[in-house]
Amino acid sequence: MIVDKLQQLGQKSIAKIQGMGRATVMLFGALVAWPTPRKSFPLLLKQLYVVGVLSLLIILVSGLFIGMVLALQGYTVLSKFGAEQMLGPLVALSLLRELGPVVTALLFAGRAGSALTAEIGLMKATEQLSGMEMMAVDPLRRIIAPRFWAGVISMPLLAMIFTAVGILGGHLVGVDWLGVDSGGYWSAMQANVDFQQDIMNGVIKSAVFALIVTWIALHKGFDAVPTSEGISQATTQTVVTSSLAVLGFDFILTAVMFGG
Amino acid sequence: MSDILVDIQHLTFKRGDRVIYDDMSMQFQRGKVTAIMGPSGIGKTTLLRLIGGQLKPEQGKILINGQDIPQLNRKDLYKARQKMSMLFQSGAMFSDMSVYDNVAFPIREHTRLPEDIIRLMVLMKLEAVGLRGARDLMPAELSGGMARRAALARAIALDPQLIMYDEPFAGQDPISMGVIVRLIRSLNNALGLTSVVVSHDVNEVMSIADYVYVVAEQKVIGQGTPEELRAHPSALVQQFLQGESDGPVPFHFKAASYSTELMELAK
Repeated sequence: MIVDKLQQLGQKSIAKIQGMGRATVMLFGALVAWPTPRKSFPLLLKQLYVVGVLSLLIILVSGLFIGMVLALQGYTVLSKFGAEQMLGPLVALSLLRELGPVVTALLFAGRAGSALTAEIGLMKATEQLSGMEMMAVDPLRRIIAPRFWAGVISMPLLAMIFTAVGILGGHLVGVDWLGVDSGGYWSAMQANVDFQQDIMNGVIKSAVFALIVTWIALHKGFDAVPTSEGISQATTQTVVTSSLAVLGFDFILTAVMFGG
Repeated sequence: MSDILVDIQHLTFKRGDRVIYDDMSMQFQRGKVTAIMGPSGIGKTTLLRLIGGQLKPEQGKILINGQDIPQLNRKDLYKARQKMSMLFQSGAMFSDMSVYDNVAFPIREHTRLPEDIIRLMVLMKLEAVGLRGARDLMPAELSGGMARRAALARAIALDPQLIMYDEPFAGQDPISMGVIVRLIRSLNNALGLTSVVVSHDVNEVMSIADYVYVVAEQKVIGQGTPEELRAHPSALVQQFLQGESDGPVPFHFKAASYSTELMELAK
């Protein structure tokens, strides 16, 4: 009984580690190559549109609402201490340091990550990847690489847009509705937000999340069992695994950046 | 230049513990249509993937133009693949491109020809399969038979030496089956291709093949021209050609004795 359980545990761990190995080999095969801008640039451009631009709407709407909610919640607490002036820094710092990168990554995993997994899984199931390989075109370089770079480039940009829109949403609720002084909102924010400590660290975070989410999404699709059930499982796994990985890495990065 | 384009020597391939091929050898003559027939599930598609270098055999050589495919490094393998093409059962058309762009894909990837020359080439290939009028359609808008013909146009886009057909007749209505039979034969002759057809449609294959291998039980059980095969002494080959349900290949999947299993209930 215990031996069986141990055996299962061992099997699962080995399978996980093998999966990570395959994911690394995949990424390596996709990225280590002579750059061929004539061919890759149009592909990258198309993926930037599919992965980045098409995710804009959900990012804009979520950013706006999260900024508005932050201002509303923050105002009720701050006003008890007569510290309404600090609403600007509260909204800005929460968004820059945490909510911007993290929520963008979670939304991105659901919006673009799942789409990437399903697309590549289906390409595999319909033998398009195999077919490409037999045409002497490496699917890792033709399919995986442009999608990877598109994810890595677009997510930090989306996070910045998310944060900017969130700060405007905070202004909308805090200043235009609840009556905090507009000059105070902006000047307190300017005085309390540090470029290196707050803005750059946020950008670094979202770059790390971008890498993780895109990598997981691409690998799950590429490694999917080529059946309808396998693809549905892979898509679910992409969202679950990348969300958990984002939250885990967020804690580690926060501890390193702001812990000491 | 030798007469043999593909020379498979003593090929052994396993999937896990299951032996798919055990010390199998076969040769494909240049410029001929060679067919590989056999019951489903014996790994005919696997053989094509082995030839294309997508799988590696346990043992044995697969020589194409004297190059041993499993031993090639990545760069040489991709070079070798430019001279062969494969028609997948599903067609494997890229669903995000029109028929025209699908056929143009290998040309654009491997050459630096200007677009007007590519257009000329694509139209010629589409004309050869009778789909010049369908060039602006998306793969989802094609019927199964048309998709396979479009894929065939793509497969011959760069005039390969070797073309491999994976079950080209499966799931086709009689008309499109006839069209594909004609195309395989006429393209082979017109373009000087070497064709390998993997199939279990006995009549169609026998009508176009110059040479036939019958594969079962991990090895070649019969080979020869279609006439020679019809007179083959092996009971297994005859069962396959005649399509009899029982014979050396049993109707029943391996199982414990029927009566014992039924009696277990009574216990």
